[in-house]
Amino acid sequence: MDQALPPFQAFVEDQLDPVRAFLRGMVGPNDADDCLQETFIAALRAYPRAHAGNLRAWIFTIARRKAIDHQRARSRGPRPVAEVEHLVDRANNSPAADAEAIGMNPRHSAIWAAVAELPPGQRAAVVLRFAVDLRYREVGEALGTSEEAARRNVHEGLKKLRRSAAELKEMTT
Amino acid sequence: MTEMTQFMEQLATRASDEGLLDVAYTTVDTPVGPVVVAATKRGLVRVALPGVPLDNVLEQLAEDISPRVIAYPRRLDEARRELGQYFDGKRQRFELPLDWSLSHAGFYRRVLRATAKVPYGEVITYAEAAERAGNPRAFRAAGSAVGSNPIPIVVPCHRVVRAGGDIGDYGGGPEMKRFLLELEHAL
Repeated sequence: MDQALPPFQAFVEDQLDPVRAFLRGMVGPNDADDCLQETFIAALRAYPRAHAGNLRAWIFTIARRKAIDHQRARSRGPRPVAEVEHLVDRANNSPAADAEAIGMNPRHSAIWAAVAELPPGQRAAVVLRFAVDLRYREVGEALGTSEEAARRNVHEGLKKLRRSAAELKEMTT
Repeated sequence: MTEMTQFMEQLATRASDEGLLDVAYTTVDTPVGPVVVAATKRGLVRVALPGVPLDNVLEQLAEDISPRVIAYPRRLDEARRELGQYFDGKRQRFELPLDWSLSHAGFYRRVLRATAKVPYGEVITYAEAAERAGNPRAFRAAGSAVGSNPIPIVVPCHRVVRAGGDIGDYGGGPEMKRFLLELEHAL
C-alpha cells in the first residue's frame, strides 16, 4: 500500500531549510526567497499526486527547475553567489574527504563567483552535496541521474573550482 | 516572527488566492483548552477538542480530505469570533457555513443534522436524536453517530444526553460536556 502523504504543512516544515540552502547556492541569497516560494507553490499544486516515499528528491527536482527558470529569466548569466561561507564551512566540516579537495580559502568570496560559473548540473550537484549535505545517492535522485553521475558531477565541479582557486592564488600573490 | 512562520504565512495566502488551499487550520484558545479548527473552501469541517495531538488531527485531515493542509488562520477568523462569543455567553447559535464531508452520509449525517438543530440550553436523548433522524429504534446507532461528530461544540452533540439524567459520554470527556451544559444553563 502507498504510504500516506504527510499534511503539506509538515512537509514544508521538514524541507524548507534544505531547499532554501540549495536555492541560495544556486541563485544567490537575494533571489533565493522568490525561488523558494515558487518552488513550494509548484509543489503544492502537484502535491496530491506526489509519492510519499520520495518527497525529498521530488522537492529538489522542482527547486532545481525553478532555479534554472529563474536564471533564464534573468538572461544575465550566472551571478556570483554571495552567501557561500556557509557552504564552504559545511564542505570543510564534511566528513567526506571531498571537502578538502576544494582547497581554497573559505573566506574568499571569489570562490562563490566560481561556483556560480559552474555549469548548472555541476553547480547543483556541488551545492546539494556540500550546502545541503545530501549523500551521492540522494544527489542523484534529486537531479534525476545515477549515483555515479552525481559523484562525477561533484568531482568535475570541484576540479574546476580547484583550478579557479589556483588562478586566484596566482593573481593575488 | 520566525522566518518559517513568515514564509508559511505568505505561502498560505498565495495558496488560498490560487485556490490550492484545500484545508486551512488554526488553533483557538477556549476555556476548555486549545481547540483545533479546520475549514475547507465550503466551510468549517473539523473541530478537534483538546487532548488530540495536533499532528494526529492534521494527518487525519490529510488522509480524509486532501493532503493540501496548511495553517491559515484567516480562513478561520469567523469561527474564532463565533467560538469566542459562545464561550462568553454572548452567542446561542453558530452561523458559520459547515462542510459535512467528514460525517458518513446517511443515517449518521441525519442524526448530526438533527443534533445541530437542538436549541441552546436544551437537551435531547439519544432515542430522540434517532427519532428525529427518521429511525426511532436506532438509538444505539444514534449514539455512535453523535460520538463521531467531527464538528463538536458548533454541532452541539453535548446537548444529546442519556435518558434518566445521566449526561453520558463526550469526546472531550464528561467534565467538558458538563462544563458546556452549565455554560448554557441546561443543567
